[in-house]
Amino acid sequence: MRKHLAHLSEEALVALVARGDEAALAELYDRVGGIAYGIAFRVLRDDRLAEDAVQEGFLAVWRSAATYRAERAQARTWIVTLVHRRAVDLVRREERRRADPLELVQRQESADPAGSAEDEAWLGFERERVQQALRLLPDAQREAIELSYYGGYSQSELAERLGLPLGTIKSRMFAGLARLREVLDEAEGSWTPRLSS
Amino acid sequence: MDTETLELIAAYALDALDVDERGRAEELLSHSEEARAELRAFSDVTTALAVGASGPAPRPELRDRILSAARAEPSNVVSLESRRSRLAPVLGAVAAVAAVAALAVGLWGSSLSSELDDTRTALERERAAVALLADPDARTVALKSGEGRLVVDDAGEAVLVLDAIAAAPEGKTYEVWVLDGNRPVRAGLFDGGRDREVVPVDESVGAGAVVLVTVERDGGVDAPTSPPVVASQPV
Repeated sequence: MRKHLAHLSEEALVALVARGDEAALAELYDRVGGIAYGIAFRVLRDDRLAEDAVQEGFLAVWRSAATYRAERAQARTWIVTLVHRRAVDLVRREERRRADPLELVQRQESADPAGSAEDEAWLGFERERVQQALRLLPDAQREAIELSYYGGYSQSELAERLGLPLGTIKSRMFAGLARLREVLDEAEGSWTPRLSS
Repeated sequence: MDTETLELIAAYALDALDVDERGRAEELLSHSEEARAELRAFSDVTTALAVGASGPAPRPELRDRILSAARAEPSNVVSLESRRSRLAPVLGAVAAVAAVAALAVGLWGSSLSSELDDTRTALERERAAVALLADPDARTVALKSGEGRLVVDDAGEAVLVLDAIAAAPEGKTYEVWVLDGNRPVRAGLFDGGRDREVVPVDESVGAGAVVLVTVERDGGVDAPTSPPVVASQPV
């Protein structure tokens, strides 16, 4: 079945999912599932909970594919957003995270056996690009971004945890995200696949 | 757009809002195109952050778990949702979903490798077949031989739904015929080989007519040369 779908865009796959096409859902999982699990695990730091978040996110894709609007977000972004939202909702219910130190967990090397060498190369490049962009942020902004997106903390939780006014947290998040947007836009398209082995 | 609004959208993109504030952001997004454009840009950044998270790979079982869970709730099929109960007599709800899926995948796949006109034709055929399957007034006619059923409406539009018909042998194709009187009329070709084959019948199927399928050489022939592998009851 996969041979029929490999050439379709992720947006076209979502359209097929909206018609109950299970093979299209499988193809979307093959393309985005690794990234979705990666972020869910980063937030939840527990493989079972991360699996639950990914499953709930993909079932939301299955149920609500008909409501997806390509002009509002890339399909990949839509899916990652659904999974991240669930991961955040789950982690806020978990007490364990509260005891974690603020420092980020050491990043783990991903082994994604499903991806092609080209996908892997792209993923490796993309990760490096994002890490570099994060390093360009002032520490306070980076901390706000990482603790919210990777840590699942809400603004009010962060304000309390860091002992800062809520307004300060809000402006750090916005400034950090806006800066990241600039930096990532500048670096956009600079990747070229290595053709030699 | 003021800073406070931009901060709200940024925090929404990061999933950093408390639940009550989420509602406020969604309300804003529902009526502001400008806000949606900002969200789109911020969401591209958060998706990059997700890619940058580089966690471990999921266990292979997760894929099956998700697909099984999806299979267990086939009701997502949009416009068919409300028609599901009416479809049931025709196919059974799950079978209907599978049939539509097979059709969509099959025709979409083949259409992309064809010329534009073929693509249009394929999509029109697909639409027509799906509409017919979803039509509560369309009748189901049993098959005398072969596994499956024929679905036909009052205007003579018809679709053959075949269960697990093997792929046609190399160099051969399945050819559909409408037999109304003595002379079978050509009514389309298909290759088979899918769990559920949904085949639009290209000719009108009037009262008393029979739909047949034979195995013929590639490209089809003008008159059947072999005994039918599928035959419907008279409509």
